Amino acid sequence: MNTSSIFAGDGPGRFGPYGGQFVPETLMPCLHELTATWEAARRDPDFNTELAALLADYSGRPTPLYRARRFERSCGDTARIYLKREDLNHTGAHKINNCLGQILLAQRMGKRRIVAETGAGQHGVATATVCALVGLECTVYMGEVDMARQAPNVRRMKLLGATVECVTSGARTLKDASSEAIRDWVTNVATTHYIIGSVVGPHPYPAMVRDFQAVIGIEARQQVLDRAGRLPDAVIACVGGGSNAIGIFAGFIADPVDLFGVEAGGSAAGHSAALGLGEPGVLHGSFSYLLQDDDGQIIPAHSVAAGLDYPGVGPEHSHLKDTGRVQYGSVNDSEALAAFSDLSRLEGIIPALESSHAIAWCRRLLDDPAAVARLREHAGDEQPVVVINLSGRGDKDMDNNGGES
Amino acid sequence: MSARRTGRLGRLTASLRTARVKPLVPFITAGYPDEPTFDRVLAAIAAAGCPLVEIGIPFSDPVADGPVIQAASQKVLARGMTLARTLALAATAHRDHGLDVVMMGYLNPILKFGPARFAATCGESSVAGVIVPDLPPEEAAGLRELLAARDVDLVDLVAPTTDPARLVRKVEQATGFLYLVSTTGVTGSGTAAADTLPDYLTRVRATTDLPLYVGFGIATPQQAGQVAALADGVIVGSALLRTLTGDRDGAVAAATEFLHEMAQAVTSAKGTSR
Repeated sequence: MNTSSIFAGDGPGRFGPYGGQFVPETLMPCLHELTATWEAARRDPDFNTELAALLADYSGRPTPLYRARRFERSCGDTARIYLKREDLNHTGAHKINNCLGQILLAQRMGKRRIVAETGAGQHGVATATVCALVGLECTVYMGEVDMARQAPNVRRMKLLGATVECVTSGARTLKDASSEAIRDWVTNVATTHYIIGSVVGPHPYPAMVRDFQAVIGIEARQQVLDRAGRLPDAVIACVGGGSNAIGIFAGFIADPVDLFGVEAGGSAAGHSAALGLGEPGVLHGSFSYLLQDDDGQIIPAHSVAAGLDYPGVGPEHSHLKDTGRVQYGSVNDSEALAAFSDLSRLEGIIPALESSHAIAWCRRLLDDPAAVARLREHAGDEQPVVVINLSGRGDKDMDNNGGES
Repeated sequence: MSARRTGRLGRLTASLRTARVKPLVPFITAGYPDEPTFDRVLAAIAAAGCPLVEIGIPFSDPVADGPVIQAASQKVLARGMTLARTLALAATAHRDHGLDVVMMGYLNPILKFGPARFAATCGESSVAGVIVPDLPPEEAAGLRELLAARDVDLVDLVAPTTDPARLVRKVEQATGFLYLVSTTGVTGSGTAAADTLPDYLTRVRATTDLPLYVGFGIATPQQAGQVAALADGVIVGSALLRTLTGDRDGAVAAATEFLHEMAQAVTSAKGTSR
């Protein structure tokens, strides 16, 4: 029996068979409240005006679209390559887009405390930042392994007034931080909102976080039209849980544009390619592709990039994989580290190790004659245009770049 | 909704009520701390007069569980425990110790095992009921049907946060017993709230005549007695697992004493039985 067929499939928050709400009963009423609050807010001009003002004045949107000419040259001048500079957001990554939206919802629900999980620390920093902005108490759960490899972000969160809880269970990375955040939320649900940092978790999170991140794609589409005079031939983004990817894809999903999601291929020690190598299952509230063993136990992920080091993926990505709308692939740790160094030296832009996976995929794509032929065909008589979502900056990775210096 | 079809667990809890027996329902993770000790603890559970045992299916990421059950799951998984073996242990509990078994486990191992195969094996293993803490009723219809076809009840959980409208919809499909989560939080907190419990139980009783079994946060005989005065059954998990430390004989002795005290507190509780 197909596992998905035991579910009604028409429940709330479905992307094909994926998604749903698989959480303890204690949380169900709170998910309903969050859904209702979000549904009302997105139709409320006051909410949208307030959020737009924060995105502009506080986070610095719109973020630029930058043409990376020296990187283009190093890729053989086969395509025009634009970087969507989400690294230039306040706090240094796309995570703030979602956090600003959710903190306004938390205020509308009258919550006085926020919990969050973090891997690379970018979502934790963004959460701590918006809590400081509105004066709410903030607790961030972070795996012990990640606290060590992303120490600068731990210091930032503490400076911003957040409590950082060190998670020592399981693999001591993002998966375990997420589980601990859920346990805190179950315990303190009356006072606490959980700001999930990606398009994962139970409904409404995957759809809600996508909507808050869609600003990336909406801006990028207009910017590339303005700059290149036409739509791009390919859009590339890295995928852990998949929020920056869903955000930029949202702008191009209805267009004839090839979309590429890049998972972390890791190393001999393991990988984080849930879409490439996992099977559908339920973790952290939704049905989606998942790294699991023959007995349904979750297999710890591995990646040099803490933000991609997660055994699951957002349910909408699972659906986009099955429908073929997005092509998913992976690059390994060493390819990502090479891209980290490349972009730094060629463009003076230090990308996050997570975003470096998307940069590395672009290089691989343009090294592949068949892929280049496809891009050229797509572009007609013109030079192909590629947009890469540079989801975050890499200062946090200075101590964790595989020995580069 | 058509009339509820009660399975093995529903018949059992009904007969316990008729006999005016409020059971202590101990929870133990399958094969914890090791299989020989687990088997001796099952014997101690039966010897303490408990008709029902809850056997935990270990999972790598149990979000509704506190540190004690998390650690127990990790330990048995590291020793190679599987869902197939867990179901075999459940069959043994019934056959060798005369205990009726409720399985408690998260959804993913059941999905991977195959829901239909899981339901069939539960039926063959004389399992009375199944609790899946991360499967809310909105998503549960398919598994409920598969289990019902094997005479196994899928147990519904109610939390302090469950609102009245939701409660009414829930009890319409519930069979076996209604699992009342005593407090918002994870297992093993030891914080079952004696002050809010009476109102909570009264509120639920107004909607259903199903037996109400209360779990989460019940750690001491005193708490167990207070809960038993109001509820139809008392579930204890983390506090039992905590007794299982040290050498095997010592662990079994500690568990036996704990079960005896808890069972006595539950049996001698005076209160509003139905």
